Amino acid sequence: MSRINNAFQGRPAFMPYYPLGFPTLPDSIDVIEALARNGADLIEVGLSFSDPLADGPVIQQATQTALQQGITVAKSLTAVRALRARGVTTPFVLMGYINPLLAYGLERLKRDVIDAGADGFIVPDLPPEEGAEFEAAVAPLPQIRMLAPTTPNERLGRVLTGAQGFVYLVSVTGVTGARTEIPDGLADFVTRVRAHTSLPLCVGFGIGTPEQAHAVSRMADGVIVGSATVRAIAASTTPAQTAADFARAYRAGLDRA
Amino acid sequence: MPRLPHKFGPYGGQFVPETLMPALDELEAAYVTARQDPAFESELAALWRDFVGRPTPLTHARRLTAQLGGAQIYLKREDLAHTGAHKINNALGQALLVKRMGKRRVVAETGAGQHGVASATASALLGLDCVVYMGTIDIARQQPNVYRMKLLGAEVRPVESGSKTLKDAINEAIRDWVTNVRDTHYLLGSALGPHPYPTMVRDFQSIIGREARQQILEATGKLPDTLIACVGGGSNAIGLFHPFLGDEHVEMIGVEAGGSGVASGKHAARFGDPEKGRLGVIHGTRTFVLQDADGQIADTHSISAGLDYAAIGPEHAWLRETERAYYTSATDEEALAALQTLCHTEGIIPALESSHALAEVIKRAPTMRPDQVIVVNLSGRGDKDLGTIMESL
Repeated sequence: MSRINNAFQGRPAFMPYYPLGFPTLPDSIDVIEALARNGADLIEVGLSFSDPLADGPVIQQATQTALQQGITVAKSLTAVRALRARGVTTPFVLMGYINPLLAYGLERLKRDVIDAGADGFIVPDLPPEEGAEFEAAVAPLPQIRMLAPTTPNERLGRVLTGAQGFVYLVSVTGVTGARTEIPDGLADFVTRVRAHTSLPLCVGFGIGTPEQAHAVSRMADGVIVGSATVRAIAASTTPAQTAADFARAYRAGLDRA
Repeated sequence: MPRLPHKFGPYGGQFVPETLMPALDELEAAYVTARQDPAFESELAALWRDFVGRPTPLTHARRLTAQLGGAQIYLKREDLAHTGAHKINNALGQALLVKRMGKRRVVAETGAGQHGVASATASALLGLDCVVYMGTIDIARQQPNVYRMKLLGAEVRPVESGSKTLKDAINEAIRDWVTNVRDTHYLLGSALGPHPYPTMVRDFQSIIGREARQQILEATGKLPDTLIACVGGGSNAIGLFHPFLGDEHVEMIGVEAGGSGVASGKHAARFGDPEKGRLGVIHGTRTFVLQDADGQIADTHSISAGLDYAAIGPEHAWLRETERAYYTSATDEEALAALQTLCHTEGIIPALESSHALAEVIKRAPTMRPDQVIVVNLSGRGDKDLGTIMESL
């Protein structure tokens, strides 16, 4: 049914996050296209928010830059449409905080997101307890459920009830941002969640090298890389080329035997 | 375990990352258990009495009443609480809970610095490590409080992100909490944020209204006609209002920061500006939030750092919707004038925050009869504001 399923085709899924509007809107469209054409299986397309309380400094600064240059939800959806017009068929999941989505209007959001060609949402400040209204309004677009290392077993089942697409495992207690090591206990965390769902499990927060991505892919079905992607582009004068190289390096890391 | 209501009508809730949801559950459980434990109640009551100096007085402001020529004005003297504001009531309550939860470290946000000082004080008293996040703009305008926090052993971490004020300090405190949640408690200072904070902070601050209700009955033999309090996040106001909610003839008025005037766009009047102040979600709660058309949180302005915040506590949104309380605003200029009036008539230097409530008293008292009574929450003292006041006058 959903394009999201195409991301999980027998190889570890490489799932970069990238915010629209950074360093400029045209650059970000080129970056996402380059990621898609060089090995990304799904892209988390970032929608910027003034108060990104789950994000570390790298994504904070990138999304602030995007906002200063005038990015909006409407412009972001226009960019998604442009990517589809370029023939990019990679699944897109929109990642953003709830307030701009509410401000856009949920009925209009559903219509315009489907029309633009995005495939679902990740909303880090919308736990399932608060998400029923949003999910009903945007169905059939899925809202990807998130789990954290602090989520107790008795809560896992509740969070996973009605989950679709894949499950986002936050690897560490903390905000987004690359770490130097794979956290202890990640394997146990993944095993704990496996017992509750047959959906693909994707790990994000803290993964910053192809080697780490490879190590995580031995436990999980997909690897989400956010701050490292943004940092690579921020340091580049040729964003699209850097994005292509970046994606190929992670693809090679993940496909290593 | 019995659960507390998560919402006030459609307002409130728990809009936080999954990592924090178990911590909120743990906090709610600890809070519910503590409130049923007479030992917790008596420990908190003893601290309020012996350390804070409660009950704080209710002062009949006779010269101000005479000058305004209307209603009798009574001041609930939270400025006389230890550390100089009502914030200590809640800080001690939460710090006692932290001990019960077996955590050793607290993080707090502060705008005017009063909650930071209260958190640092409670932490020193109870042997907790304390980190306070404060925007660099607020650090510049509230220097004395920054020094007080440091002297009390807290670490003050400057926040450079976003608008560099209270909203950004809350973001950083939440980021710290999400990272260190297993051993750290977020000592939130207002009736804001995700459940159970708005309920818990209200309950701790309701000591203000419980005392005021008894004191005004003793002083005048009847309930007041009107309660007035300033509203940033809204903890001093909800603390005064809540014990009177069942007294249907008692009118309640919350005063937001009108800044340079609502029309100027430079203000923090969430209810006062229907164009920018709309239903939204910020810092874990659904309430009225100043925002642009795209849902980005608006920058705010107020001469008082403690009212300079884009959202209002969710219970105030509900009290307004149900028309149990009314909300208005006072400008920077009106607050400064009210501050001077109180200095001259009563010999009390109020905080700039509380001066917003006094500005409404000055507007409203002359329209009332001398047999009517206003109780205004003098939520803090103005010593911390001397720098700002001297620059502005």
